Amino acid sequence: MNIKEILAEFNIVAQCKKYGVSLWQCPQFLFLIMGAIIIVSAISAYAIGTRYIENPIMVSLLVLLLTAILFILSFIITQSFEKLAEASRMKTEFINIVSHQLRAPLTNLKWSAEILTSGKLGNVQEKHEEYFGILKENSKRMEDLINDLLTVSRLEQGQLPFKKKEISLDSLTEEMISGFDSFVKASNIKLTFKSEKKPFLIYTDPHQLKIVIENFLDNAIRYIHKKGEINVYLSARGKDAYFEVKDNGVGIPKKDQRYIFQKFFRSKNALRHQTHGSGLGLFITKSIIKRLGGKIGFNSEENQGTTFWFTLPIA
Amino acid sequence: MKKILFIEDEPVLQKNLENIFQAEGYKTMGALDGEIGLKLAQAEKPDLILLDLVLPKLSGFDVLKKLKDNETTKDIPVIILTNLETMEDINKAIELGATTYLVKLNYNLKELLEKVKQTLKE
Repeated sequence: MNIKEILAEFNIVAQCKKYGVSLWQCPQFLFLIMGAIIIVSAISAYAIGTRYIENPIMVSLLVLLLTAILFILSFIITQSFEKLAEASRMKTEFINIVSHQLRAPLTNLKWSAEILTSGKLGNVQEKHEEYFGILKENSKRMEDLINDLLTVSRLEQGQLPFKKKEISLDSLTEEMISGFDSFVKASNIKLTFKSEKKPFLIYTDPHQLKIVIENFLDNAIRYIHKKGEINVYLSARGKDAYFEVKDNGVGIPKKDQRYIFQKFFRSKNALRHQTHGSGLGLFITKSIIKRLGGKIGFNSEENQGTTFWFTLPIA
Repeated sequence: MKKILFIEDEPVLQKNLENIFQAEGYKTMGALDGEIGLKLAQAEKPDLILLDLVLPKLSGFDVLKKLKDNETTKDIPVIILTNLETMEDINKAIELGATTYLVKLNYNLKELLEKVKQTLKE
């Protein structure tokens, strides 16, 4: 964090603007006011107290008055927190409702396109195929986005169910890689997978872990722009399993690296090479790994490549 | 010829389902709300029911409960086909006796057809 960023943290007005509430409902501002009042009241209590030290009623009244002021201020602060929490809850609920409502028309679109391309309603002409392809591809994009939004909203509400069991991480990885087979071939990429041991047994939630591995692989394939190479490596590090996906893709510019796990963030060079993407994938993967008790990170150099990794407790 | 009942309030979706299942040689029936769906199930005794959860008049959960409480319909396998997917909904449907729980958007028609065949043990 440089000095400019540290100073920005102290810019209360800007911080409050971020929440979209008035200054008098903003916790940071109210804390500042409370701090100022405490200092002023401590000084005035000392000044008044020393003057009226022989009058215990006066001193008691003064203490009572100060307590009342602090109590009212704490109440206002608590209320402002409640308001922010309510706004956040409403936002999550909004995402939830909208996503569910979008699913119905999207299912219509997806299934209708499938029937059209199946040839069941008559032969599909070659010139139409391209457009049916566009329909299918775009409904898939919407489907992915809606599913991502719902996953985020469930993660934020703590509603994403986690069911841990013993699994073989190398088999799971192989299964995920084979799912990307045609994408890898179409992108002219050489993908290798090495596991230190087989089977590599760990105790975790396979369904959630699939989302993480899928995101790592998908990103690695999408952001390769020349002769591509992806190496997936699995090993044991102390009591943890270490998993990495290394690519020689476009890399992440240094200035963007600190934002990479933030919601909706997409690096400028990622946008240049791949216009699709919600900017939610890495936020989701980080939240999942955190909930599974692991760590996640990456090393990247622009135009050289990126290595994304995570660790998970084995037992 | 096996009979399948779709209880689904989206007409386009219902048409798509009927289209694909008829092409595979199934006899299909459709109901656009829970009440009609329940009556059709009791009158026609289909081999399988595909049931949505968000339905007018009688919700999918209510339909499922009434189907399982009724002697004549309790053994008909019911596949829940919905876009709701909270753990609460899934557990409730399974507890009430649903055979399978599928999220519409996560399946294409071909995969759905496979699931139906599996359930009918074909």
